[in-house]
Amino acid sequence: MKICVLVKEVPDAAVQKRIDPGTMRLDRGGEKNLNPFDTHALEAAMQIREGGVIPVEEIVAVTMGPESAYRALTKAVSLGADRSVHLSDGALAGSDVCATGYSLAKVLESESPDLVLLGQQSDDGECYTIGAVVADHLQMPSLTQVIKIDVSEGKLRCERQAEYGYDTVEVELPAVISVGDAINEPRYPSLKAIMGAKKKPKDEKSIGDVGIDAGMVGADGSKTTVIALNPPPPKEAGEIIEDEDTNETVEKIVAWLDERKLI
Amino acid sequence: MAGILVYALHDDEGNFNKNSLGAISEAAKLAGEVGGDAAALVVGDIADDACASLGNYGAAKVYRAKSVPEGLAQPIVDAMAKVIQDNGLSYALFGGGLLGFEIGAGLTARLNAGVTMEVTAVKVQDGKLVAERPILQDSQIADVGYVGEPGIIISRLNAFDAKESGGSAEVIDIEVELSAWSTKATMVQRGEQRGADVNIEDADILVGGGRGLGAAEGFKMCEELADSMGGAVAATRAVVDAGWYPYAAQIGQTGKTVAPKLYLAAGVSGAIQHKVGMQNSENILAINKDPNAPIFEFSDLGVVGDLHKIVPKLTEAIKAKKGG
Repeated sequence: MKICVLVKEVPDAAVQKRIDPGTMRLDRGGEKNLNPFDTHALEAAMQIREGGVIPVEEIVAVTMGPESAYRALTKAVSLGADRSVHLSDGALAGSDVCATGYSLAKVLESESPDLVLLGQQSDDGECYTIGAVVADHLQMPSLTQVIKIDVSEGKLRCERQAEYGYDTVEVELPAVISVGDAINEPRYPSLKAIMGAKKKPKDEKSIGDVGIDAGMVGADGSKTTVIALNPPPPKEAGEIIEDEDTNETVEKIVAWLDERKLI
Repeated sequence: MAGILVYALHDDEGNFNKNSLGAISEAAKLAGEVGGDAAALVVGDIADDACASLGNYGAAKVYRAKSVPEGLAQPIVDAMAKVIQDNGLSYALFGGGLLGFEIGAGLTARLNAGVTMEVTAVKVQDGKLVAERPILQDSQIADVGYVGEPGIIISRLNAFDAKESGGSAEVIDIEVELSAWSTKATMVQRGEQRGADVNIEDADILVGGGRGLGAAEGFKMCEELADSMGGAVAATRAVVDAGWYPYAAQIGQTGKTVAPKLYLAAGVSGAIQHKVGMQNSENILAINKDPNAPIFEFSDLGVVGDLHKIVPKLTEAIKAKKGG
């Protein structure tokens, strides 16, 4: 079995994110990191390989993004991927969900995976949607927000929370599965894996290499457009107490509760 | 005609989801402004009068695909794509929830259409719909418009209220040919309840526990605090999925929505998925050791500190006050 794991470079959680008022896009300057949700997808791929039910010949990390995104790929490789594919092309800048899903599907098509795994959301925006967009383009069955995967010959048995409780669903391979962060505890890469990651094969692809129609991607090929950015309606800031003396803190909390007749 | 199609989700007993009903009401209002009708799609063998009753929330037409199963997204993508294309509809609107995200995303690919998600409001500008989407931890609201048709709008949970307007919808049966890949996922079990059945929706006071509790045992502390105030205990999705607390106590995107007099968040970071289930609480008190936790941005009283030190003492202090 060949597993492709979709990963993304996102601004580091500690960085104050801002929108560039000129382009109305996320300012992608500053420290970046591998999207934390993607580490769960990589770990899921590793556990399928180590589980040994089905031999996994290859785990390939795939990303789309500017040149700097190679760092996220290197991190993905240090977490267990055997090699990586980087779709990078100036024509892709400003792609919305529709265009991004199409582009990722095209690069995945060139890899013919049996299973595509990804994190359920990215730290910087596109929540829950990319997996299902990619799956429809690839004409594969798909589930998102999966918290348990059991592998057997030719199919997966997945569990997830939906609107009315936990659903158990059987999915035939090939398939696209996005995983929730409850699925596993990602491992830390070993020093050896970190050192070795840069030496693993890395393919650079442009849109022409994977047959992407330039008219369907980038800001011009996108189907949504940000018209304006506004501040949210103001909300009165709450009071903040730093706990230094716990007895005093508790006294303040009790007084606050009492004032509002909550106790 | 600028028609808007809404997916009307239902449970195994055929009860429609209140977020779907809210989306129908919103679609009816918006359709009125852009000069069109709101329609709903229902899958499965739902009775005529139940389908027609969606007219009470504003649907003019209900398309019923009896042979399409409920609960998995891809067969419903087939059905919605057909209705949108056959009738030249301009928008699809989803009331949030996991299936809404999956179906809306699938439609995006199928119809090469623009999609917005986590939308909190929709307005009309120049005869077209514009979605308001909070971004960057709700610090800004992006107004997003669509290029071409259709446009797909996936709202945040509880974004729209269901409004009963009276009336009955015309029910139209449709035949849908499923895509080959839509039949490759099968539901083995739907809606399994895990853990004890607890009632958090009627409580005036809720103590919500999150990952910051450190372990399942941390909930004992929450229960004692809740007991001291005559309240109940709720939980975030992360700890429910980790098996620390029963599913029935889960608040948020895939759990319950509550609005108690007091919501005391213990070790809850305040991710959007949780926020949507409790932000209408009258008073929000948060205890968290991370001063940058998003919960402090929408709490009325935020306490930065170690909940393992604070909560037991708070429980004692409340007991003492009540006793005295």
